[in-house]
Amino acid sequence: MAKTTVERPAEDHIQQNELIDLYRLMLRIRRLEESVYRLFRDAKIGGYLHRYDGQEALVAGVIPLLQLPHDKVLCTYRDHGHALACGTPAREVMAELLGRATGCAGGKGGSMHLIDPPRGFLGGDGIVGGPVPIALGVGYALKYRARMLGGGNHICVCYFGDGAMNQGGVHEAFNMVGLYKLPILFILENNQYAMGTSVARSTGQPDFVLKAKAHGIDGEKIDGMNVLTVRDAAQRVIDRIRETGEAYFLEMECYRFVGHGIGDDNTKSWTTYRTEAEVNEWRKRDPILQLGNYLQDRGILDTTQMDAIDAEVRQEVADAIAFAEASPEPPLDSLYENVFS
Amino acid sequence: MATMRYQQAVRLALTEEMERDPTVFLCGEEIGQYQGTYRVTEGLLDRFGPMRVVDTPISEIGIAGMATGAAMAGLRPVAEFMTWSFALEAMDQLVNHAAKITYMSGGRIQCPVVFRGPAGVGTQLSAQHSQSLESWYAHTPGFKVVMPAFPADAKGLLKTAIRDPNPVVFMEHAGLYGLQGDVPDDPEFLVPFGVAAIRREGTDATLISYSRGVHLCLKAAEALARDGIECEVIDLRTLVPLDIETVLQSVRKTHRAVVVHEEWKNVGFGAELSARIHEHAFYDLDAPVERVAGADVPMPYAKNLERAAIPNDNDVIAAVKRTLS
Repeated sequence: MAKTTVERPAEDHIQQNELIDLYRLMLRIRRLEESVYRLFRDAKIGGYLHRYDGQEALVAGVIPLLQLPHDKVLCTYRDHGHALACGTPAREVMAELLGRATGCAGGKGGSMHLIDPPRGFLGGDGIVGGPVPIALGVGYALKYRARMLGGGNHICVCYFGDGAMNQGGVHEAFNMVGLYKLPILFILENNQYAMGTSVARSTGQPDFVLKAKAHGIDGEKIDGMNVLTVRDAAQRVIDRIRETGEAYFLEMECYRFVGHGIGDDNTKSWTTYRTEAEVNEWRKRDPILQLGNYLQDRGILDTTQMDAIDAEVRQEVADAIAFAEASPEPPLDSLYENVFS
Repeated sequence: MATMRYQQAVRLALTEEMERDPTVFLCGEEIGQYQGTYRVTEGLLDRFGPMRVVDTPISEIGIAGMATGAAMAGLRPVAEFMTWSFALEAMDQLVNHAAKITYMSGGRIQCPVVFRGPAGVGTQLSAQHSQSLESWYAHTPGFKVVMPAFPADAKGLLKTAIRDPNPVVFMEHAGLYGLQGDVPDDPEFLVPFGVAAIRREGTDATLISYSRGVHLCLKAAEALARDGIECEVIDLRTLVPLDIETVLQSVRKTHRAVVVHEEWKNVGFGAELSARIHEHAFYDLDAPVERVAGADVPMPYAKNLERAAIPNDNDVIAAVKRTLS
């Protein structure tokens, strides 16, 4: 069987250890995501639960390039991978999913509201287009600090899905970002479906880059299943934003391998909006599989080493679950804390 | 002490806080080059420049998000809504973002943002521009809600709002912008939140209000005094936090209470006040708490209908008399 491997899109400037780090980060996200449905079925995790399986390259190819915590990251509710990529320990992510005091939001946020300001991660947002107007403000603050308060040329990276492109607030914010010229990297996680509604069924103009350009924000569309493509584009674009101070829009074409949320976890309900054959076709482009094959072909990792990484990662997830389960629930007298600072 | 208009007092607070703290900036529609729809921000663009006085397009979601995001990133934005009616466009950013980020993050993020602008009813602006929606914000945990009635409070409360580490809804009253009053010059003059002011002392009934309603109460109290009825008038100044103790102490003395506001009566802030008084001072009351409020209709345009929809001092007088009968 022919292997699917990454085509190197640019000159090979990435160190071998960085490649291994990329692989490990994507695998950490995947293994953590694979563990959460069981925890949900065991009623240890509640609420909504949105997995990132298949989209790992979008964070692994970008976030490690940032100058955290001075650069800032915002995203939507499909946020477990973003937290891990920003450096939030798996223990704190898992504890938050289980609603424990040791979670990264003290158990008050849950799956959709992971956050880690000391690491530059300003949070997952439960509203589809919600983080985009917030990014406008964060980007303005970064520009303000640079211009008025002697700050450095830091940037804000804001992730959101294809569904967000049909919300009014997103376009208000794009327009203002284009007007004020702010250092923001917008990353459209185009996983083809807004919940169960495909791009084709949700807009008469599926050229999202055109929509960004309509607001004065330059952009391009790239393959989000190939982490090296993502990384190369991100490096180029981040450098450009730091240099010019102007926003950029990267549409990353990708696919989520499981349902939108816990509600359409099973194969049966996928058939309401997508087929198993389609899912299987995209799975052939699995970003972890692609990078793994690349590493093997280049002799950077052999199967024994890859198995060892996998074992370490599985151990990390098991440890995170054990930590979360052993952690106390938030104290009841914290109920009224944090309404105000 | 200087005598100035309510609108000038708001501007003075903005100016002093911008001078004091370089992280304070303003954003909103027509606040810069146009000098402010109600001239509140007149001269500030020239004084502080375009980074700190930011003219925005007509994009309330964008304005609310810009201010909230900048606050999350450590600045102290003051966003102006041309009127609070237009803030309805931005409800998701206000209620689901600004008011909640501190709690959702378990206290890991502060959101020191002020949303300000004119509210209130009148001048035949009709249904979409003439309404008072303070209860929407007071109802939402995470907002402080401030409604000054006098120029000195407009200054002192706004300065406190800008220094507060939380989202503050600061509702000015367009009908009060021209009101003259003495305002302290002291740049450290701050009016604390959660401390009501007794504007007139009395023994026979307690009138409780805020914003322009306070002036109705004072006018009614003057008229009633001529009939030998002495009313105590309480200006809440802030709805959240609420100084219920001052209200209860007064009611325990007068045994009668009338709550007054321009917003709709149905589920209005007066219902909350009435409930709190009944919960905590039921046995001190000699009569049920009376509510004087706006008619429960979208604001009509025609002068006579509008007049009938807005509470006036005669409505307050009648309510006091009902508590005494």
